Amino acid sequence: MEILMSIIAGVLFMTGTYLLLSKSLLRVVMALVLLSHGSHLLLLTMPGLTRGAAPLLNLGENTFTDPLPQAMILTAIVISFGITAFLLVLAYRTYKVHKTDDLEELRGSADE
Amino acid sequence: MNNLLILPILIPMAMGALLILFQRQPRVQRVLSSLTVLALLALSVYLLLFVYQNGIVSLEFGDWPAPFGIVFVADLFSAFMVILSSLIGAICLFFGFFTLSKEREKFYYYPFYLFLMTGVNGAFLTGDLFNLFVFFEVMLIASYILIVFGGTKYQLRESFKYVVINVFGSILFLVAMAYIYGITGTVNMAHLAVRNAELGQSGALQVSAIILLIVFSMKGALFPLYFWLPKSYYGPPSAIAALFGALLTKVGIYAIIRMFTLVFNQDIAFTHTLILIMAGLTMFFGVLGAVSQFDFKRILSYHIISQVGYMVMGLGLFTKTAIAGAVYYIAHHIIVKAALFLFAGVTQRITGTTDLKKMGGLLGTHPLLGWMFFVSAISLAGIPPLSGFFSKFPLILDSLTSGHYIIGAVALIVGLLTLFSMLKIFIYVFWGEQKHSEVQANIKVGSLLLPIVPLVLLTIVLGFAAEPMFTFSLQVADQLLTPSTYIDAVLGE
Repeated sequence: MEILMSIIAGVLFMTGTYLLLSKSLLRVVMALVLLSHGSHLLLLTMPGLTRGAAPLLNLGENTFTDPLPQAMILTAIVISFGITAFLLVLAYRTYKVHKTDDLEELRGSADE
Repeated sequence: MNNLLILPILIPMAMGALLILFQRQPRVQRVLSSLTVLALLALSVYLLLFVYQNGIVSLEFGDWPAPFGIVFVADLFSAFMVILSSLIGAICLFFGFFTLSKEREKFYYYPFYLFLMTGVNGAFLTGDLFNLFVFFEVMLIASYILIVFGGTKYQLRESFKYVVINVFGSILFLVAMAYIYGITGTVNMAHLAVRNAELGQSGALQVSAIILLIVFSMKGALFPLYFWLPKSYYGPPSAIAALFGALLTKVGIYAIIRMFTLVFNQDIAFTHTLILIMAGLTMFFGVLGAVSQFDFKRILSYHIISQVGYMVMGLGLFTKTAIAGAVYYIAHHIIVKAALFLFAGVTQRITGTTDLKKMGGLLGTHPLLGWMFFVSAISLAGIPPLSGFFSKFPLILDSLTSGHYIIGAVALIVGLLTLFSMLKIFIYVFWGEQKHSEVQANIKVGSLLLPIVPLVLLTIVLGFAAEPMFTFSLQVADQLLTPSTYIDAVLGE
């Protein structure tokens, strides 16, 4: 199971990196979404996917699920949702003001 | 009594949330936000005194013992950083009262300003890696909004890049944390230090140390990763640019110093040599950028980069004197850099431009402004009676006595080039023939200068009170170099 999850995280990172290098504003936003999902998956997978009871004090169980990575990615997912929403608005405003979504044309010159 | 620790975070957060309700009443927002920053300043001074008398203080949330629950820790270094951030927060807020337009005030400027303070103070006080990430994000989201504030063409374009770069940095932060949690099974910094010492910082732990160094140097604008800073800090108005220039990069530097004194201190020969090389290149290329520019704000932005190098150089040398020098330098830099950015705002108010070639002769019409700028400028460059000299002196002295001649030479040359580019500003802006009109010459800037006066006085005081200040820095460095006290304070009992 860890192998599969690692491969999925790898694919997400690969696709994200590819999109990040493209010239369109929207693709860059999408790239960051995919990359953050990849990193969340990595955070979930790295400590090992132990399956078992909920980590409550019901003594008698032998294996417990590690709750900490889940708590951490929950926070990270919320943050990344917020940022994605903000990025989409920012990309839209940039597009409206500059009348282009091509990052090549959004380069700044030396003396403005 | 430990509950004191939560207040520097709770007060701005609660007040920021409250101020959203007063969106249409700028006057109420002004009064409440100034009360908040003044309360923060008083509180942070009390916090430092408390830590100074009682040693490192830690607060465990919900009474969960340390490696399991969330902890906040204040040692001398973090308490000192909280004082500096509250000071700059207060001064930039008061400066903003006189310079920001009414429309901006109605678009949630004060709430996000206070949320930024929440993030900065939280990053200084937190005791575990994941909360560091969360407070970084709180700070960064507020900074994204403040940097795009006003929405001019230039700002929209550059802040999109700023946001993308910082989000990418945060993703790398999560990746590093995934590795660290996978290897050590903890994100509590003190516990992490214990585990790292057991494992001897080998293999994948070393890799995650370097990823963290990359992340923090992206936020702190170190050598290969500083390209975003000059352009994005040029866009926003001076009150915001001063806050950013003084505080935001310093949070990254704080995180580097914290992680590489407390946790990753096993393989000094590799990591700290790498940091030293990065510091040298940062200083050198930053100051070259500053020398090549002809714009007030751009020169100051490039100087942030070159001076971040000095602070990291102190960490790279990794001796008591050098780290004390770095702590002193952080204090000096935050104060002087904020003052200089605010001066850029004042001259922009008078002349309507930040282009050096379009300014001239301000010393004739606004002598007080000119001489106050001069004091801050030579303080930045490191001329003896001011704080800049006494903070660079231990760094350079220590690099020479410990045999790192190259970095010492680089630091000296960078000091000289800093002096050159600051005097370039002084000569172009304040000397020469008057290029602004008589109407502009009659603009009164007394109320604008008022918030800057304490900063200029502080740089003079820090210079003349170098002895007690340096003694304090040595205590901070002593605490940073004996991580066992920190670990005992968090995990003890």
